[in-house]
Amino acid sequence: MSSAAPAEIQAAAEDQDSIVAILRARWVAIRSGDVGSLPVIIGIIAIALYFNSKTSIFFSAVNFQNLIQQMAGVTVIAIGVVFVLLIGEIDLSIGYVSGIAGVSVAYFQQAGTGHQYPGLVALALAIATGLVIGLIQGSVIAFIGVPSFVVTLAGLLVSQGLILQVLGTQGVIGIQDKQINDIANYVLTKNTGWIVAIILTVALAGAAFGSYFSRLRAGLPTGNVILTIVRVAFFGGLAFAAVYICNQAKPRPGVPLVGLIFVFLVVLGGYVASRTTFGRHVYAVGGNAEAARRAGINVKLIRIIVFMISGAMAAMGGVILASRLNGIDLTAGGGTILLDSISAAVIGGVSLFGGRGRVSGALFGGLIIGMIANGIDLVGYSDAIKLITTGLILLAAVTLDTVLRRRQAAAGR
Amino acid sequence: MEVLRSEHLRRGKNRSVNATPTPTPTLELREVAKNFGSVEALKGVDFEVRDGEVMALVGDNGAGKSTLIKCVAGIYSIDDGQIFFEGEPVTIHGPKDAARLGIEVVYQDLALCDNLDVVQNMYLGRETHDPLFRLREAPMEQRTAETLKSLSVTTIRSVRQAVATLSGGQRQSVAVARAVLWNNKIVFLDEPTAALGVAQTRQVLDLVKRLAEQGLAVVLVSHNLVDVFEVADRITVLRLGRNVGVYEKDKTNEREIVEAITFGAPAPEETEVKA
Ligand SMILES: Nc1ncnc2c1ncn2[C@@H]1O[C@H](COP(=O)(O)OP(=O)(O)O)[C@@H](O)[C@H]1O
Ligand SMILES: [Mg+2]
Repeated sequence: MSSAAPAEIQAAAEDQDSIVAILRARWVAIRSGDVGSLPVIIGIIAIALYFNSKTSIFFSAVNFQNLIQQMAGVTVIAIGVVFVLLIGEIDLSIGYVSGIAGVSVAYFQQAGTGHQYPGLVALALAIATGLVIGLIQGSVIAFIGVPSFVVTLAGLLVSQGLILQVLGTQGVIGIQDKQINDIANYVLTKNTGWIVAIILTVALAGAAFGSYFSRLRAGLPTGNVILTIVRVAFFGGLAFAAVYICNQAKPRPGVPLVGLIFVFLVVLGGYVASRTTFGRHVYAVGGNAEAARRAGINVKLIRIIVFMISGAMAAMGGVILASRLNGIDLTAGGGTILLDSISAAVIGGVSLFGGRGRVSGALFGGLIIGMIANGIDLVGYSDAIKLITTGLILLAAVTLDTVLRRRQAAAGR
Repeated sequence: MEVLRSEHLRRGKNRSVNATPTPTPTLELREVAKNFGSVEALKGVDFEVRDGEVMALVGDNGAGKSTLIKCVAGIYSIDDGQIFFEGEPVTIHGPKDAARLGIEVVYQDLALCDNLDVVQNMYLGRETHDPLFRLREAPMEQRTAETLKSLSVTTIRSVRQAVATLSGGQRQSVAVARAVLWNNKIVFLDEPTAALGVAQTRQVLDLVKRLAEQGLAVVLVSHNLVDVFEVADRITVLRLGRNVGVYEKDKTNEREIVEAITFGAPAPEETEVKA
């Protein structure tokens, strides 16, 4: 394994890495249906501009802070949805599983009862509940082969029933535990916010240049170094801008802790999906499960773990939603949570047909769904408009996915 | 087991120079049977292949060719009979067992993931990773490029291209190259040219010859006898799940093989036909 690549290969690699060549390759990819995050970014800009033209509050610091807190629950749940969609399955139970987790976390911190635990323990128990539900659903799907649609539909009903059963007599549990309420409501101090932005940027640069140098050492095409720097600067700049804006908010300046939580989970999920063998196998199962099986991948195990991830993420999202309301009632896990979470993943560019998409799609999609809900509330349109708009955007996203998939398939032959 | 491929190539080249077949078959099946319910897909089938040779496996539709391959690949378990690897009896319970023995199969219905790129497909299920299961992309990409180059697969522009964007011949080349990458001893190719045009068929047949030249034992399933006669050293004929016989290419002709396939003619050698 010598690192000295023959001269002609190196020359070709340099050629391939010029900005013009990269842009040209990108353009070819877009035309053959691989559009990446382009539609989402265009969508985010368009929606932001629209609401900005309707109300000046939309672009205020305090509303930005608000938006982060509003989108957190659905975004976290959508991370799990991404994994499920990647293996070509669906999980309809996530809404009420998030409700069950909310009920659990409230139940296990309830003061003056035999089941009062410290906040973080209650949180762990709630997540464990989601994991167990995922384990059960995933096992039925993987071992018995019942379609995930039906299994998780049953899971949805059972979960809703359990919520009614537990809350039946009292109908509501308040959350007094400070740790739990802090999850969705705590705001970092200004300086902590800056430190977070610095850490994020350094980590980003570390990852980008780490892979740059390992490819350079191996004599492989590295991509254009200027573009790498621009990319790091752009996302680092975004982090600093977000911190700056949050720090301007009144009356409580600072980055909401929950924003840090979902960014962390998105980064972690993205890392698992794109940099680990497990993630690679997730994509393989979604692309061609039979090929994965023949390659010796334990397809059943992958399916089960993915449904456990989905259950855990739904639970974390449910805890965030409960924390935000400082309590839980009979509507826990209901409403538009399920459809918003699935829509977020799909709008974020994750294919319903399996094997295509990225975890960051949950963040983009969650942002779009959050912006629509937030903007429509601000402008004062009715819930009817909110539902119709979200529905139409979801339809557009799925249509785009279908068309692009067909186009990519056609480009192959 | 983890011998570097370049060493393997050198070993292979030497072997093909003095082209005497190895004394023991690399893989041997004796009296293998496989049933699907009441369907007897394989009945007492014998089969062998040696290093450095291309053994063709021919037979009409439903003769049991794909079933034989899947038994050796660990997709199906055999109901009766024995499998010997380099003279030693072995049991193959799953794809991992087959991979451990150095048996690689290129399936008729290409077992590739369209959504993954060339490198990802070549390493599917056997990714290079560090102790924390983090993928080590650079070495994987490097060896993929080397392997494709050693097989003179030059039409694939980037190994980071999704397989969905490749032509049929290129996809077939990736599937075959995967076999070489893994330093395998035996490669099964199930109708590798069935869906290909003339030029692409040419590409793949050349690839098949190169595999045997590198010292691998190659089993080629094909309906096209012209292809078979071009690349094979010996030909095993199956009919309705039974052996008809094994023919040396130089001592037979297309007519004899066609008769064997359709009527189950007695073999010229010692193999008997159970009627
Ligand atoms: N999974 C299966 N289940 C039931 N029958 C099968 C299965 N696979 C193959 N067979 C039967 O076994 C016989 C041999 O099939 P196959 O090995 O695919 O033949 P070939 O590849 O030579 O055309 C056929 O009669 C086929 O219908
Ligand atoms: Mg067949």
